[in-house]
Amino acid sequence: MELFIHQVLAGLATGGIYACIALAIVMIYQAIHHLNLAQGEMAMFSTFVAWQLIEWGMPYWAAFVLTLVLSFAAGVAIERIVFRPLHNAPVLSHIVVFIALFSIFNSAAGFIWDFTIKSFPSPFGSQPLFEGAPVSAHDTGMFGVTFVLLILLFLFFRFTRVGLAMRAAAVNPESARLVGIRVGWMVALGWGMAAAIGAVAGMLIAPVVFLEPNMMLSILLYGFAGAVVGGLTSPAGAVVGGFIVGVVENLAGSFIPYIGQELKLTIALALIVAVLMVRPSGLFGSRLVSRV
Amino acid sequence: MPSTLAARFKSLRQIPAKPREVPLSWSRIALIAGLVLAVTLPFVVKNFVIFQLTMVLIYAIAILGLNMLTGFNGQFSLGHSAFYAIGAYTTAILMEIYGFDFYLTIPVAALICFAFGFLFGLPALRLEAIYLALATFALAAATPQILKSTPLSPWTGGVQGIYVLKPDPPFGLPVNSDQWLYFLTLGIGLVLAVIARNLIDSRSGRAIIAIRDNPIAARAMGVDIALYKTLVFGVSALYAGIAGSLSAVVVQFVAPDSFTFVLAIALFVGLVIGGVGSIPGAVIGGLFLVFVPNFAEEISKGLAGAVYGAILILVIYAMPSGAAGLVRMLVAKLAGRSR
Amino acid sequence: MRLARTALLGAVALGLGIAVSGVVPAMAENGPGVTDTEIKIGHIGPYSGPASAYGTIGKTIGAYFDKVNAEGGINGRKINFISYDDGYSPPKTVEQARKLVESDEVLLIFQSLGTATNTAIQKYMNAKKVPQLFVATGATKWGMPEKYHWTMGWQPNYQSEGRIYAAYILQNYPDAKIGVLYQNDDYGKDLLGGLKEGLGDKTGMIVAEAPYETSDPTIDSQIVNLKASGADLVIDIATPKFAAQAIRKIGETGWNPVQIVNNVSQSVGGVLKPAGFENAKGVLSTGYLKDPTDPNWKDDQSFKDWSAFMDEYYPDGDRSSSFTVYGYSVAQTLEQVLRQAGDDLSRENVMAQAANLKDFVMPMALPGIVVNTSPTDYFPIQQMQMMRFNGERWEMFGPVIEGSGGN
Repeated sequence: MELFIHQVLAGLATGGIYACIALAIVMIYQAIHHLNLAQGEMAMFSTFVAWQLIEWGMPYWAAFVLTLVLSFAAGVAIERIVFRPLHNAPVLSHIVVFIALFSIFNSAAGFIWDFTIKSFPSPFGSQPLFEGAPVSAHDTGMFGVTFVLLILLFLFFRFTRVGLAMRAAAVNPESARLVGIRVGWMVALGWGMAAAIGAVAGMLIAPVVFLEPNMMLSILLYGFAGAVVGGLTSPAGAVVGGFIVGVVENLAGSFIPYIGQELKLTIALALIVAVLMVRPSGLFGSRLVSRV
Repeated sequence: MPSTLAARFKSLRQIPAKPREVPLSWSRIALIAGLVLAVTLPFVVKNFVIFQLTMVLIYAIAILGLNMLTGFNGQFSLGHSAFYAIGAYTTAILMEIYGFDFYLTIPVAALICFAFGFLFGLPALRLEAIYLALATFALAAATPQILKSTPLSPWTGGVQGIYVLKPDPPFGLPVNSDQWLYFLTLGIGLVLAVIARNLIDSRSGRAIIAIRDNPIAARAMGVDIALYKTLVFGVSALYAGIAGSLSAVVVQFVAPDSFTFVLAIALFVGLVIGGVGSIPGAVIGGLFLVFVPNFAEEISKGLAGAVYGAILILVIYAMPSGAAGLVRMLVAKLAGRSR
Repeated sequence: MRLARTALLGAVALGLGIAVSGVVPAMAENGPGVTDTEIKIGHIGPYSGPASAYGTIGKTIGAYFDKVNAEGGINGRKINFISYDDGYSPPKTVEQARKLVESDEVLLIFQSLGTATNTAIQKYMNAKKVPQLFVATGATKWGMPEKYHWTMGWQPNYQSEGRIYAAYILQNYPDAKIGVLYQNDDYGKDLLGGLKEGLGDKTGMIVAEAPYETSDPTIDSQIVNLKASGADLVIDIATPKFAAQAIRKIGETGWNPVQIVNNVSQSVGGVLKPAGFENAKGVLSTGYLKDPTDPNWKDDQSFKDWSAFMDEYYPDGDRSSSFTVYGYSVAQTLEQVLRQAGDDLSRENVMAQAANLKDFVMPMALPGIVVNTSPTDYFPIQQMQMMRFNGERWEMFGPVIEGSGGN
């Protein structure tokens, strides 16, 4: 029983990582209705930038804020420079460009900063929450930041003019344009925000898994899983989905005999497909009504 | 939201099922020239180039299968490496453990992959495009783990993989085994391409395309959407499986590391570069997959990945609808001028 | 004396090669890829893809041959080092190996990296009789001269490393309850297999085995399971990132087992420092190369030479990575083989010389560790030494242990 509780707690801690990146995934989905395959690598690159700033002697929080600003600017720039010329290209071509960006960020990070793992500081400290607990202060801090982000996003989209305009631009670009919303810039803004949230996620994840160019490779997949379980249209759902994936994966690894440990990932992924069978838009997602 | 979803797929819809603008004589000349080239090349290049070209054709077959699914039926897959792997392992296991003749394993691999594809197509029916893309991607990510898992390792050889012996040319043909495998792959590829073309042009093909373009109208006309979609998934997996089966003997080795999600992504890239909805485009896609990474590496070792990514972006800029889209556009322009 | 024996062995090997292949000894003097001024050496490594971290090894080897060439080459011949990327994917390895052998016509392929990738080309290389020399993997199957005459490993194999830990545990902690964290692939299973073999009928000492996949973001769940099993001695058969996570997690949760970390992850700068020196204190391992980040060596002449090499020929190289020392040392081993081969640079003779290394000392190997091979012993490095991390640097202890070769 103690093992069960510890595995659930450890699962929640790992789930926090997934929740964090799932939130970033849902964020960009809200803004541009795409899944950005390069999101994890962008987050990793941002984290390296923060690491470099700290290495150069900048205090943690200054580096944190500056990285957010830089990431936001980079996100906007990527949309303006790379995707703007392609806005009439087929959606599949966009996915190929995501793949290209993935490759570029991964390779460039390895080239600039090497592949040796680097420790990244945590603002919350890494001591266990209580004696012998599988959850650390940092894990708890990560929950906190994720929830704060979630609330801020909710307020932003619901109550600010820009937030409303972004939603309008994503849901119905033609009508949005008619009421004077600059749709192109709204999309760019969405990219910027997604990049900044990704940077937060990266800086929270790196203290746990260590910083290296491939650190987001599998986390992104788990993040997708969390986002899908929760529903791509629901930020809160994505966060809950991330936790669910973390816990289920741990329990499967510990309590399914014989194949559980080897096929943790497979079992988690099978769970997702099962959830989608019952609720095709995820647990908390709103159903798309197809209209002709 | 529904309207944006429609908008996102409008682009897909604009691609015609058949490049009708291309004058028939032109395409025939191109086809014959291509075939002559394909048949003569193996007699003038080195053996390892023949090997590379065989890999091009194998990837082209897999891309062709993916094209049936995505290009003509509008279903996404980022997981075709799984079917490719099943095909490869079927051949390897049948040959090395059960002593089957290589040629017999191809149809078996095809059938098994069809069955797997059909079964995977059932849950896929319920998934929206983006969720389907993720579910298939998950399949690709899980494949190597499943292949090396303990319950399967008596057959798959676990992480060690399986050696496969290359078959010798039959009937005392005056070619070496590399050339023989090349011609075998070329022959199978041509047959599969003709089948794909005929399937698309048939009544069933029109139903398949109708499902892509307007599912509700298709349903209204009495098309059994669920059946067609799962069948197309099966056929698509069958193509990937045949490609995998051929790859097992050409590479002479199968291992979980050969079938990671990187392969799934590569096939997808090949599909888009070649041209979604174009059958000859598959060969362009195959050429891209084999030769562009080598080229990127020649430019910079440390930044091979970044160079590859940059090339990819430039190619998409130059031809947003793939090579086939570019050809179509050029031909349309030329035709317009001559008029 | 040695020369005579070398020549004799070379002649015997040559004779064998001819007898087996039945070709006219027209190429006996010089193999393909060799001219009076050049030796072509092929290499395959992952410069792109998920394993690109290992690309450092290939780059170091290239830099080392630049140094050799700048200093006049080997017996007047410059090394032309041709290195290709396979992205760690076996089909691509086959393509690149064939390109090297059939198009570039290299003398040999050196240090191709990875177990699956090398397995994919092993039969081809042996059928073509091209040396597949000093492959970069610790699997045990590279030392089977009777079956694969043209394939040879280099580093101590994982199985014998496992046996060394078993012997150490049996001697020092006979009542230990062992928990094993291992990577679920050939490397993890080989090392675990060696451990079990070494424990013999005491395999029951292992109370928990926790495999992880490289796709796992963290190994927290595995650590929770190991802890719950009541283990008091943990062996981390893990690559640097996961080993560092394990050491840190075990330290932070206040669990205090005896901890052994495998050789792959003994880098001070690349593993123990990120894991936290306070957590890594007391960790045990075995070594065979000097760790460049270990302050033990900062006044050591061979370290200074390595450092000067890095400054001049590979200034972008990662000095905290053990891969640069690995690449440097393995390149020196090949250099030795080529020097021994003298002007008879046929593939047969190169293979014969590779199987005739006698007490060759690599400057960056730990003191007392030498390279030895013979036509029946295809395991160049078999010695390792136990060491303990004192919170700042490794301390060697006990004798240099001779791991037995294969099974």
